This record gives sequence, structure tokens and C-alpha cells, in this order.
Amino acid sequence: MLAAILSITFLGGLFGLGLGWAARRFQVESDPVIDQIDAILPQTQCGQCNYPGCRPYAEAIANGEADINQCPPGGETGIKALADLLGIESMPLNPENGEEQAKAVAVIDELACIGCVLCVHACPVDAILGASKQMHTVIESECTGCDLCLPACPVDCIDMVVRYPDAGDWRWSKPQPAVSGAALMGDEILPASHH
Amino acid sequence: MHIDQAEQARNVAEQLHHFHGGLRLHHNKKISCETPVASTPLPEHFFVPLLQQYGKEAEATVVVGQKILKGDEIGCFAHLGSGCVHAPSSGVVKAVVRRPISHPSGTDGWCIVIEPDGLDQWKELESLTDWPDADPALLRQKIRNSGIVGLGGAVFPTAFKTDEAIKRGIHTLILNGSECEPYISCDEMLMREQPDSIILGARILQQAVGATRTVIVIEEQMGAANHALKQAVKSTGDNDIEIVRVTAIYPEGGEKQLIQVLTGLEVPAGGRPSNLGLLCQNVATASAVAQAVVEGKPLIDRIITITGNGITRPRNLVARIGTPIADLVERCGGYTKDAARLVLGGPMMGYALNSDDNPVIKAANCILALTQLDIQPPQAEMPCIRCGECARVCPAVLLPQQLDWLIRNEQWIDAEDCGLFDCIECGCCDFVCPSHIPLVEWFRFGKSELRSLAVERNQAKTAKHRHEARDARLLRIKQERRQRMKEKKRAFKDDAEKQKKLTEAISRARARQGRNE
Amino acid sequence: MIRNFDTGAAPHFPAQSTVAGVMQQVLYALLPGIIAYTWFFGPAILIQILLAVIFALLFETLMLKARKQPLKQFLGDWSAVVTAVLFALCLPPLAPWWVALVGMLFAIVVAKHLYGGLGQNMFNPAMVGYGVVLISFPQVMALWMPPTSIASHSLAIGDVFSTVFTGKLPLGLTWDMVSEATPLDAIRSSVSSGHMVSEARQSPVFGDFGGLGWEWIANLYALGGFWLLWRRIISWHVPVMMIGSVVALGLIAYLIDPGSNPVPLQHVFSGALVLGAFFIATDPVSGCTSTRGRLIFGVGVGIITLSIRRWGGYPDGVAFAVLLMNMAAPLIDRYTRPRIFGH
Repeated sequence: MLAAILSITFLGGLFGLGLGWAARRFQVESDPVIDQIDAILPQTQCGQCNYPGCRPYAEAIANGEADINQCPPGGETGIKALADLLGIESMPLNPENGEEQAKAVAVIDELACIGCVLCVHACPVDAILGASKQMHTVIESECTGCDLCLPACPVDCIDMVVRYPDAGDWRWSKPQPAVSGAALMGDEILPASHH
Repeated sequence: MHIDQAEQARNVAEQLHHFHGGLRLHHNKKISCETPVASTPLPEHFFVPLLQQYGKEAEATVVVGQKILKGDEIGCFAHLGSGCVHAPSSGVVKAVVRRPISHPSGTDGWCIVIEPDGLDQWKELESLTDWPDADPALLRQKIRNSGIVGLGGAVFPTAFKTDEAIKRGIHTLILNGSECEPYISCDEMLMREQPDSIILGARILQQAVGATRTVIVIEEQMGAANHALKQAVKSTGDNDIEIVRVTAIYPEGGEKQLIQVLTGLEVPAGGRPSNLGLLCQNVATASAVAQAVVEGKPLIDRIITITGNGITRPRNLVARIGTPIADLVERCGGYTKDAARLVLGGPMMGYALNSDDNPVIKAANCILALTQLDIQPPQAEMPCIRCGECARVCPAVLLPQQLDWLIRNEQWIDAEDCGLFDCIECGCCDFVCPSHIPLVEWFRFGKSELRSLAVERNQAKTAKHRHEARDARLLRIKQERRQRMKEKKRAFKDDAEKQKKLTEAISRARARQGRNE
Repeated sequence: MIRNFDTGAAPHFPAQSTVAGVMQQVLYALLPGIIAYTWFFGPAILIQILLAVIFALLFETLMLKARKQPLKQFLGDWSAVVTAVLFALCLPPLAPWWVALVGMLFAIVVAKHLYGGLGQNMFNPAMVGYGVVLISFPQVMALWMPPTSIASHSLAIGDVFSTVFTGKLPLGLTWDMVSEATPLDAIRSSVSSGHMVSEARQSPVFGDFGGLGWEWIANLYALGGFWLLWRRIISWHVPVMMIGSVVALGLIAYLIDPGSNPVPLQHVFSGALVLGAFFIATDPVSGCTSTRGRLIFGVGVGIITLSIRRWGGYPDGVAFAVLLMNMAAPLIDRYTRPRIFGH
């Protein structure tokens, strides 16, 4: 009896030590969770989540102050990725924060622009080029489509234009799954895909 | 690259090897080979798409109403400094509009609409008849300015390949005449009818890139082409051009597969044949090079096979770029009454066009009209039963069913690890799948999804970077302003103290004065 | 005049082989073996096949309805029939009707549809069904008949029917009179009671290599298997490695101790080994897909089969060997991915 107790205790202690050693020895260094959340967010810096940028929102999520469904540009894909990362249930986008829209870029009507530089200051990613009393323009490739320049413009000369793909950057569409078989693989086992 | 590998790469075609998988398909080429290649009459209008090569659209260099001659440049790739689009005939530019451009997406692109004047008058041609004495760089320049692209279907600019070849140094030029897709016979007809032009092109390319040897690869059953090419080589008296016949196994005409057959080596993933000291060109490309250099004619036409059970009289035609496909079909007696699908390219890798209003482009080697009977699947799509046939026939040694599963479940990283980008979209896996899963369609979707994910990730990275830079700048400005304020305040405070001292001094003085009085 | 066309993805020629075609060919390949079975052991097996097919189609229909899948497409794929026939071929021909019912319930409902239906099952459904009835009803599953040529009491077809449906033998017969140990059973009990294999082989149930009749059935299964190989429905890797490993290990065992181990060919020609090698372990859904994976899979099935026959609690081990290797298949596939072109 005693021998059994002792040997089990000894073995328990031994394995415990082994596990403890392995946990330290093979520890996987991972990014702090804030960085990982930030990496998923679209970096639009639009503030629709009620935080002054993507990083503050990421911090808020990490601290449990914000839900994961407050980012309209990230959309359903983003929410799903965040849910996966944090191991929580996915949820629909909070309509109070806005709705998911096609990616657009700001375009300044250069004839109407009065050169007030208000939009230049409003842009979170410095994508608007211009100086006082000079015509302004948007660097298309840098624009994240955050809409923040729209309210700043006193003469309403900025429009958000959705870019439709031309032959150059066109994408193959998702094959239509057959009624039966394919639906089985993708849709039944895993949650419905978002496309 | 290992030394022995480099050595092995030199022994092109000394011994033939095998590639993994592949299919033996019915050729179905005979029906379009029975009549000689014919020309096509001038159409009412040419619609020349500005998207003619791998990458982006060219920019138009003509304006509406401009009179142009045959061979005039009408579009150029200013940002690339390479490749042009040329006028297929003399006439007037009627419009520059968005129209169908024979693109797999079916979307419109910019086209230059030319109304031919019927004179078909060439621009002044700068021929280079003394090319054997010419500087190789000049030859490459000529290739670049003649708008020559790979005519096998990939339309990769030939000038890019030759420039790269010069940079890496190549020893052997491989001319690909093994048109492995069923139905297509344009290269075979070219080899039969214009072997001299191909041999001439081979010699020019050889000189342009400094290769010492040329191997022309054709398929076993191309007896007439073999004979014609042999005669042409004999008449030039060259002994550095060799003709090799390979067994027709699809997709051996693919560059990587062909090189494996000829050398036993695999082009490294993400690499090019030039990694092995090889340059691979289509025979039609070589012929176009010969015309461009010796006669000074830019690439404005190509041989194209009009075939399939949906065409009344299948045959090969010389078609100018920009000719509506409907005109070519008309020339072949029109459609049969059960034509159901129009394909640009071959049955395995070609893409379906939504109308015959699309124009001939440089990539168009074949117009295939298929009947409902041809395309009708014997069964609906079923779940994968993991039979492994797809893996057995895959020339890239992938596990297609595994990839399919990963893509459907959006396991993008795993899909990339499993070699999604090594897929050459040859369609072998589709062709043997008893479950009729559209594997290639999924792979194409998966590839473009992965690419756009990468683009989005890059954009997000840039945006984050710029936002952080802006935040840092704003913070710096704020701090600087605060600093200035502080200094000002201090200065003010200093001022105030001075003032105070002054007033005190004054009051003291006054007090003194008062006492004195 | 402009003409518009419907589009579709490449390749524009659809594949000609179909799932139903594959399944049908497997059934054709089983025919010679089934005919030989009937020849040597009487028509009872045909009743088992019929029962199993009926129950399989019944459960398949119910499950397809429950899962809202198109009936015509999936009933027409013949996969349930293949499962049923393979299952039935493993049963003692006089097994009562409810054995097929229970077996098919587990094969079609549990092993196939609860895992996601065609193509999604991790385990070979026929073997799951067989395993369940073998474990659950060991007595019934041990009632094998001797070949009709040496049987002292042969049953007429009507008697067979009544036996299968009532579970009772015709008046005047007892199970002891109609049943006989299978060759594998005979060797097993003989070796475990201290006799030599050669002594066991004195029994009339043995033939030249394996069991009397069984060896011919095995030959004809193999014939069907070769036809499947030629038709490229199956690849050579699994059958060759499975039979090869059984022969190799059996030979080693025989050389070490010829007294308690039969000659290796005895292993090949008795039990379900040939049927298993060509028709069961080659099931693509639950097996490995890569070439190297299939080699490993075949060797694994062979070793486990032989181990169960030698040391396990059951006379034959093909079913459990296949199920155990099914479990290992995803892992084997994970580690036997071929080298991608150019990498």
C-alpha cells in the first residue's frame, strides 16, 4: 500500500517536473495579443469603431473594453478572424458602427477645391497632397477609403468612388458548388463561408 | 545550382526523360490540317485590344480620326519600355472604346477601332538584312519594338525573356513546337508551311541571346513538320540546330514539362528556364522574330486554328490581331447548328468566350467551337472519393484533392504550403476526376484569392506605417509647440521680473526723490 | 451578326469516368468470386448479399432524406451496394437476417452518413458493420458451413431461407451437424491446444494451400482484383504490399517455428485476405492517397492481420487491421506528401 502511494507520488512528481521543464524549454514565443489583433484589423484608421484608430481599438479589444464587431471595413471576414484568434463566438457587425461597403477611394473635384488644407489634416494616413491656396489631390494607392476627409471639406468637393476591377486586377470567382457534394464539404462541416 | 546540374542542363535532348503524370489525349488535329493555311479578308473594322501581353493594358498612342499605316504603333507600354501594339492595316482610327477584349473575365477593356482603307499600305519598314553582323543588343531592341510576345498562349513579352537570358547567360535555345493540347494545329501548320522562317528566327534568337545551340521540339506524329524543318535546316547548312521528336503526352508542351523531358531537370519553383541556362520560345514566336528583324514587320497577325465539332469547315487561318472572331468563323463556313460553346485556346486550358464579338488577340492560338454533346458531363458533381487519380496525373506532383479541400475551407496558408502556386492549371486532374469536381476552377479561385489577400495585407501594412508616421509627426509637432510655449512663458516671466525690478527701482527712486524734496 | 455563348470553366471536355462507374466496376470484379462462393458453399451467400443490399439501400435512402441530399444522384452512385456486398461476403452464409440489418445500420448510418456521407467516412463502412456484428454476435458469426462437397448435411434452398429468416435449422438438424470450423479456426484451436499445424491440416476442410473451396474463391477474387488493376480502378500498391508483407512475415514465422505456424500461402488463401487486399484495403475514401502512403498502408494492414491471426482473439484479422490502418491513414498521408515539382 505504502509502496504504491510512494511510487505513484514519485512518478507524479517526476512527470510534473518533466512537463514543467518541457513547458519552459519548448515555449513558443508569440506576439502580444494586441499586435495580433492589430494585424487583423484593416488599418483603415477610419474611427468608425469609436476609437481613434486601429491600434487603440486593438488595445480596447485586448482589454475586453470593446466587442470584436465594431469594424465595418474589416467586415465579416475580419470579425471571423478575430473570433478565431481570441477563441470566442463570431458575431454580426454592429450596425451602430456602420455597414460593410465596397472599398472606395476619395477623389477630389479639383475644379471645386478651394485649397483649404482641412482635408489634408483630416487624413489619417497622409494620403492627401496639397498646400494652402493650392489645389489638393488624393494619392489613390495610399487612400484607405476611411471617409474622414468628407466632413472636413467645407465645399463638399470630395467623393468616394468605388473602384471596379478591370481586366488587369480581376479575380477568378468562386466556383458554384454543386447542389450536393461540394456543399457537403465546405458548408456542412464548417460554418458557411462569407463570400 | 549544382555543377553537375549545370552540366546536365547542357545535355539537352541527348536522352529523353519523363515527367510525372500527364495524359494521352485524342489529338483531333487532323480535321484542321487538311487544308493549307489561308488568309482572311479585311474586316469592316478592327478592334485591337490594348491588353496584349501578360500584365497591364498598353496606353493608346493614337487619337480618334488619325490616319495610320499598317504597322504603325498604336499603343505602347510606357511604364515597361517594352512591347507595343501595332496597326493591323492602314486606315483611320474611328474610336478608342471599351469593348470585349477576349479576356477570360469577359470584362471589357480599351480597344482601338480602326476602319481599314483597303489599301493595306505598310509603313516604311526598317529591315535588318545584315542581321548576322548586327549587335545582339540591337536585335533585342528590334524584338522589343516589334511587340513580340510568346505566341504559345502565355503572351509573356519575348524581350523580357531575352533580356533575362542575357543577364543569366544561356547556352541552349529550345523552340517549342510540341503543341500538346488537342485540336490546336497552328504551330504544326506553321512548321509545315514556313519552316525557313522558323529556322531563320531560331538563328536570330540564338545570336540575340548568345546561345550556342538550338533544339526544336516537335511531337512524334508530326511527320510532315519534321520533314519540312529538316529540309530547311539542311538548306541553311547549320549544324547547331537540331530537331527532336517527343512522345505526345499532355501537357508536355508546357515549358517546365518540356525541359524535364529534354534534360531530366526540374525548373526550380519560382524560377525560370534561364536558371538552367535555357531559353524556351514557341516556334511561332521565332517566326515572328524573323519577320520583325529581317523584314522589319511588327507582329500584327498570327496563324490561328478554327476548329471543333461546332465549325463547319475547320482549318487554319492567318488572322490579323483585332479581327472579330465572327469573321474567322464565317471564313470557315460558319457554325454547325449544334455549336454550344466558343473557346479561345484548347479544350484543356482555353477559356470560354461569351460572344464571337471578341477580337483576335496575340494570345489566340485556337478558336474552338464545341457542341453540347462535347461539353455535357455524364454526371453531376459528387463529393471527392479520394481515389487519387488527380495526384497520379498531376505533372506538378501536387495532391489536387487535398488542395481543393484546403481552398474550400479557406485554409490559405496550408494551401500555399501544399503548392497551390505550383499548379500549372493544365486540367489533367479535372479530366480524370470521377466525381467531376471542377478542381482547376477552385485552384484559380484560390490563387486569385491568395494574391488579393497579399495585396490587402500590403495595403494594410502601408496604411499602418503611414498612420504611425503621421501620429509620430503630430506628436512631435505638439511637443515642439509645447516647448516653444514654455520658452515663451519663461521669457515672459523673465520679462515680468525685469519689469517688476524696474518698477521697484523707479518707485525707490521716486521715494528717494520725495524724501529729498 | 454577333452570336452569344454560355461560358464554362476549363477543361471543356468533362471527365468520362464517374463515381457510379467506379463502383459498378468493383461489383463486376466481385462477380467471379461470388459465383465461386455459390459453387462451393451453396446459394446461401446470395441471400445474405440480397439482404444486405436491401437494408443498405433502405438506410441510405432514409439518411439521404434526413440530410436533404438528392436521392437520385446519391442512390445512383452504387456506393451503398458495394458496401453491402463486401459486408455480406464476410458473413457466415447462414447468419440470421438481422445480422445484415444491424451491420448495415452501423455501416451506412453510423460509419458513412454520420461522418458526412460519401467520401467523408473515416472508416471503411463495410468493415465497421462487420466489426460490430462480429463483436456483438460472436456465436452467430462462428457458424460457418463446410463446402457442400464434403458436407454431411446439405441444405436445400428453401431450408436456407427458413434458417436465415427464423434463425432455426430445419427439423432434425442441429448446428453441430451443419456447421464446421473454418480453416483458420481449425489451425487456431489446434495450435492453442498444443497440436501441430500439420495435424490440423488433416481436416477435410483444407485444400492445397488454404481452405477447400476458399482457395478457389480467393483465386477468383484475385482475378477480379487484377481486372480492377488493369482498369486502373485500384493501384497495385496496397494489394501487393499487403499480401507481400503477410507472405514475408508468415515465412519468417514458419521458418522459426513450422510447428505452430502454417506455411505462408495458407495465410494468403484463407480468410478474407485476398478479398481484403483487392477490395477492402483499397477503398480510397478511408485509405491513403499518396503512393508512399499506400505502400505503408498495405504493409500495416498485412502486419496487423497476421498479428491478430497469430496472437489475437479472432481467427481472422483483416477487418480490424483495415479499421486500425484507416485510423492511421490521415497521419500517414500527412507525412508522405510527394515532393512538389521544382521544390
